[in-house]
Order: sequence, then C-alpha cells, then structure tokens
Amino acid sequence: MAEITLIEAVRQAMDEELARDENVFIVGEDVGRRGGVFRATLGLFDKYGGERVIDSPLAEASIVGVGIGAALYGMRPICEIQFADFIHPAFNQIINEAAKMCYRSNGDWTVPMVIRAPYGGGIGGGLYHSQSLEALFTHTPGLKVVIPSSPYDAKGLLKSAVRDPNPVLFFEPKKGYRLIKGKVPDGEYTVPIGPANVTRVGGDLTVFSYGMMHYYTLQAAEQVAKEGIDVEVVDLRTLYPVDRQTLLASVRKTGKALIVHEDNLTGGYGAEIAATIAEQAFSDLDAPVRRLAGPDVPAVPFSHPMQDWFMLNPAKIAEAIRQLARY
Amino acid sequence: MATQVIMPQLGESVVEGTVMQWFKHEGDQIDEYESLLEVNTDKVNSEIPSPAAGVVLRILVAEGETVKAGSIIAWIGKPGETVEGSSPVQVAKGPQPMISTAEVNQAKEAPASASSERDLGFISPVVAKIAREHNLDLHAVKGSGEGGRITKKDVLAYLDGNPGPAISSGKLEPAAWETPGEGDLFRPTELMFANNLPPAPPATKSVPTGNMGQTSGVTGRLVPLSPMRKRIADHMVFSRHTSPHVTTVMEVDLKKVVAHRETNKPLFARDGVSLTFTAYFMAAAAAALRAFPLVNSTWRDDGVWIHGSVNIGMATSLGEEGLIVPVIKQADGLSLLGLARTVNDLAARARDHRLQPDEVQGGTFTITNHGTGGSLFAMPIINQPQCAILGVGAIQKRVVVLKDDSIAVRPMVYLTLTFDHRILDGDSADKFLGKIVSVLQEWE
Repeated sequence: MAEITLIEAVRQAMDEELARDENVFIVGEDVGRRGGVFRATLGLFDKYGGERVIDSPLAEASIVGVGIGAALYGMRPICEIQFADFIHPAFNQIINEAAKMCYRSNGDWTVPMVIRAPYGGGIGGGLYHSQSLEALFTHTPGLKVVIPSSPYDAKGLLKSAVRDPNPVLFFEPKKGYRLIKGKVPDGEYTVPIGPANVTRVGGDLTVFSYGMMHYYTLQAAEQVAKEGIDVEVVDLRTLYPVDRQTLLASVRKTGKALIVHEDNLTGGYGAEIAATIAEQAFSDLDAPVRRLAGPDVPAVPFSHPMQDWFMLNPAKIAEAIRQLARY
Repeated sequence: MATQVIMPQLGESVVEGTVMQWFKHEGDQIDEYESLLEVNTDKVNSEIPSPAAGVVLRILVAEGETVKAGSIIAWIGKPGETVEGSSPVQVAKGPQPMISTAEVNQAKEAPASASSERDLGFISPVVAKIAREHNLDLHAVKGSGEGGRITKKDVLAYLDGNPGPAISSGKLEPAAWETPGEGDLFRPTELMFANNLPPAPPATKSVPTGNMGQTSGVTGRLVPLSPMRKRIADHMVFSRHTSPHVTTVMEVDLKKVVAHRETNKPLFARDGVSLTFTAYFMAAAAAALRAFPLVNSTWRDDGVWIHGSVNIGMATSLGEEGLIVPVIKQADGLSLLGLARTVNDLAARARDHRLQPDEVQGGTFTITNHGTGGSLFAMPIINQPQCAILGVGAIQKRVVVLKDDSIAVRPMVYLTLTFDHRILDGDSADKFLGKIVSVLQEWE
C-alpha cells in the first residue's frame, strides 16, 4: 500500500488500463509530449506512443466527437478536457450524441467513453479555470457522472469508468490533485460506479458531499467532533445514477441532512438530493434539509479575497454543521 | 340558574388570555352586555361584556392571571344563588387531543396554573412519528433544540429513560407479520445477510378493538380508522370466519438459490433488474401451483373451483398505513427475470400508491414475505377467496445436519402454508409445500 496523490492515482489508472486493453487510448490538449497541463498523463506518451496518447487541436467538440466515433468502433477512449470550463464547446456532442446513442439505437450502439475534466476553484484560476459543472450533466440520463474525493476512489472509479459501456463524465477536484493523499493497494482493484460511501459514521446529522468538498467536510466533522457533534459523512462519489438507498438510510438514521457542494446554490446538484430526501424520508426528518453551496454569482472571482469569499472551506462547513446540530 | 363567564377566544390562533382588570367585583350588579372585565391577548386589550344581567356571584380568576380560552372565569346569577364547583378554574369541556397521566396529575397538584399547557413549538415529522408510535404525550418531553424545540434526540432520550406506562399503555399494533418491519418488503435481500436484522418486535398486549371504555385512570387515544385499515380489518375477520385455517411449516436450505442469485445478480442488473429472493419464492410457488392445481382454487358451495391461470399476490407493506396485495398475473408463464421485474415494479408502485385497480384483483394465491421484519415464521390469514397463503420467514444462516451426518452452515428459511381445510387436507397441503421446498432446494 503506497501513499500517493490524487493525480498520481489518476495517472496509474490510465497507465494500467492502457496496458490492459489495447483499445484504450487518450486524446486531449497537451496530453502527449507535455504530459498534460496537470501532468496527469506524464510518461504515457513515451510508454505507449503517439497513436495511443494523442495530442488534439484546441477544439473540445472534436476531442469528444473523435471519442464518440472511436467508441462506436469498439475503442475505449479517454478524452481529457483540460479544464472543465472548456467543456462547453463539446456540450452538443456529449448531450445530443454520446448520451443518447444507446437509447436511440435501442441498445445496438453504445459509447464506452470517459471524459476526464479537472473542476473546481480555490486555485487562483479565475473565471475560466475554476468552474464546477456537474449539475449541467446530472440532468441528462444516458451519462454517468462521477467525482472522486480520494486517491483510492479516483483510481478505482476511473478504471471502472474506462470499462463501463456508457459515457462517463469523470470530474476531478483539481485543487486536491496534489493536496489529497491516500493509500492505494499495489495490485489491481476497481471501485464500482454507483454506490456512495459512508466515510464517517455518526448519529447527530448527515453531511452529503463529494470531491473537494468531501475532503473539507471530513476535516470539519473532526473539528466539531471535539465540540460533541457526531457527524455522519457520506461521499456520494457517483452523482448519476445516485445511490438513493445509502443516502436515505443515513438520513433516516440521523434525521438531519446538510448537503455541501462548491457549485452555485440555485439549481445545483444539492437540490436533487434535498428533493429526494423530502420526498422519500419526510417522516424521518427532524430538521429542514439544508444546503451549503457556492454563492449565486456568475463565476469564481480571480481576486484572492473574493475567491476566499466564494469558496467553501472546513470552517464554513463546520459552522453550517453547528447550526444544523443546534436546530 | 347561574350563567358562566368564559374566557373568549379572541382570534383564531389565540389560545389564552390574561385578565387585566375586573370592572365589577363579587356582589356587584351588572347588566347584560355591560363591560365586565378587560382581557389581554398578544398585547391587545379587549373589554369583555357580561353575558347576562344579574349579580357577579363569583370571580374565579384573579387579575394578572392567564388562562386558556374556554375556561370559566366567573359566574353571573341572582343574588344569593350558589354555584357548584369550588375549584377556581375548570377547563371547558371539549375534545382534548391527548391528556397524559402526567398532565392530569399536574392539574390536580396545581389547578390554578394553566401554563402546564405550554406551547410545544414546531414538531418535526420524525418527532411526530415517534410520539405516535409510542403513544407519547410530547408535553412530558423537555426540548433542547433551538427555542426549546423538541428534537428527535430529546424524544429518544425520554423514551430511553421512560420505558414504562407511556409506551405500553393502549398501544394498538397489528400482528408482526402484517407490518413486516420498517423497511421495504421486497428490498434487495442482501441486506438480510448483513447480520443487521432488526430485533424481533417486542411482544405487545393486543387490545380488543372497539370497546376500550373511558375507564377513569386509563390513558390512551383513539386512532381513527383509515379506509385501508377498515378494509384490512373486515377482510381479516371475514377470512377467519370463512375458512377453517390450518398452518403447516417446512424449512428450506437456500444454498443453491443463494449461489444462483450471486451468479446472476450482475446479469440481471445489466437488464436493470434487481434480483430479489422474492422472485425465487414466486417462481417456486408458481411451479408448485401448476403441479398441484387444487391449491390454485376457490371453495364454492357447489364444488371447488380450479382457476385457469396462476395469479400470485404479494403482500406489500405500506408501513403503518397498512398493506396491499398487488397481483402477478399468469406468474407461471414468467421467467425469473420477468418475475423479478414484475415484482420490483409492482412493489415500487404499491409503495408510491400508483397501482391500477385491476393490479390488485384476480389473485389465486398469495405470498407474504414477513421475514423482512425478522420474523422466522408466522401463521398468515388466507386472502379470500383463495385457498392458501405462503408465508416466507427471514433467511438465516443456521447450522444444519446434512444427510451424511456432517454439519454445515446453510442459509435456511421457514416456509409456512396456511390453507383452507375445506379444500385441502394435511397430506395434500404438505405435498404442495414440499414441492416448493424441493424446487428451491434443487434450484438450477
């Protein structure tokens, strides 16, 4: 069991999948010789060659379009969108083609493709390098949406994503690329897409989060534990399809739910979780379902004080937990 | 005859008032509609006119005191007339939602204080649910939440420390098998192997319905009958009066079923179907009903009617609300995949109240999966006008002695068959149940 960073886990997953299945290939901006702007593909170009680790033009619609076409021919593309913020030109390919292919061909054609995209702010990236876009895609049946929060899950889930017959959007918390470290087994393993993970067992209230915010939530939970607040933490991991059974079981136990995400509040993914709880666990609620999310402003600001105002952190999460515990 | 003066309800949400000032004293003459006193509610003062002409016989509430709306605060009558009731304040008659022993005692000890009726504040859904389940008066629970709100933890802590009469008295609860636990009746049953079965529900005294008298000293409350509860009650009584019920029990080694399910779960999942054990029991019952058509029947005065198709109902719990029995039509014509899909679909829609009327009709046999609540075996009541009902208990790993005298750990389940003794005898019923056992035990 080696301790590695989250980005190293992503790289290992791709390395092992490239070695395991010759149909797997990577396509994206600067993924080849440069090894990716975050170094996620470092060394893979030298190891597997330019035909399997392909530098693309700066044209995201074509990165995803190439991926869809290759996938229909039985290949297993891993498309890298350099920053999630750049995914918008590919939106039509993802929503209109990738997501609907299996359905409109009545199951005859599938798109076994992964789209990796680093997301999230707090890295001084400003408007075009900080966005959280999961809610745009969790609204579209036909896609799977996965966000890991640990090296173990990042590696195991990415391998599952490569092997999944459906298009999988794999959002990686870029602020955690080198910040989040964790133990990863030496041998082969996968983490299934679907199940959520109860990462901290507690009785007073449940916090649902994912990605970077899950990492912060665990820190916040430790902080308030010293004050006697016993928090259960659920890492959703797969946002679509979401693991309703686990999340409802937890909220039925604790009776209080707080949903934390970095994306804007209104229409954010937390609304779906809140609605699910309200619909299916109403009689077990002891408090209103609460959401802690990014403010409803158009972007994460570049100015550092303003970025700090936008971003959630363990202290803000701890305060929201205290408020809900008091209720 | 003297006239009561009652604390008026000065507004829809106003439940109490404070006597600010009496304009008349005991013995004073007063005309009808003449101002008698001033009352303060929510910082607003109002003058209250006298309801009758006469003499103020007695004033029961002193200035500055607060009483509930409806309380008698004074008497008006003829000079020298006496009024009954020496207690200063009587709470006006009327339906009181819940009166606990504690409250009654308090009222005796401190009759003048109406403040024991404190405002409970917001009651969350889960607190309301727990209070209902335990027949608990929330006035007895101290709130620790914001603004003194009673939290789930407060109620649980209270119940922990008060396992006594508040919980057990007057509790109406159907037999365990009729409300199989909290959870879903047809949930994916890997949960059953997680060794986290809830403990069997504690034995509760059954209370005869309908004639709980208003005996003094007995606390409790009346739960109005929902249409579903009424229908269940009528049907259960009708069934017990109609068929002579006999129940027979067998046990099954589910080793092969469990293995088959483990292997096939991912395949089924690929088709979007959760493979539950219920599908296996359904399949085994369908096979046995085909082999023994006499069980798939209805008693009539002119003979036993053998049904042309095998339509199996599955009792599905809706929690406290009751239970409903959607029917899988022509179950003997469905593959395991088809059964699993239909079972899941019907169960899900049953819980969402989205079943079509014809989906709960036409059953020729019924399965009740009471084991999901942890019950090992039960004696279910026949779903009229059917001939028999199969009860499926909890699947448990147990130590069993095999044919070769070796000992093994096997997933075991008790199956109970309740049958109409007019149609079947013990021998034929056992052959039918034995067929189900052998189908499950030799599953391929």
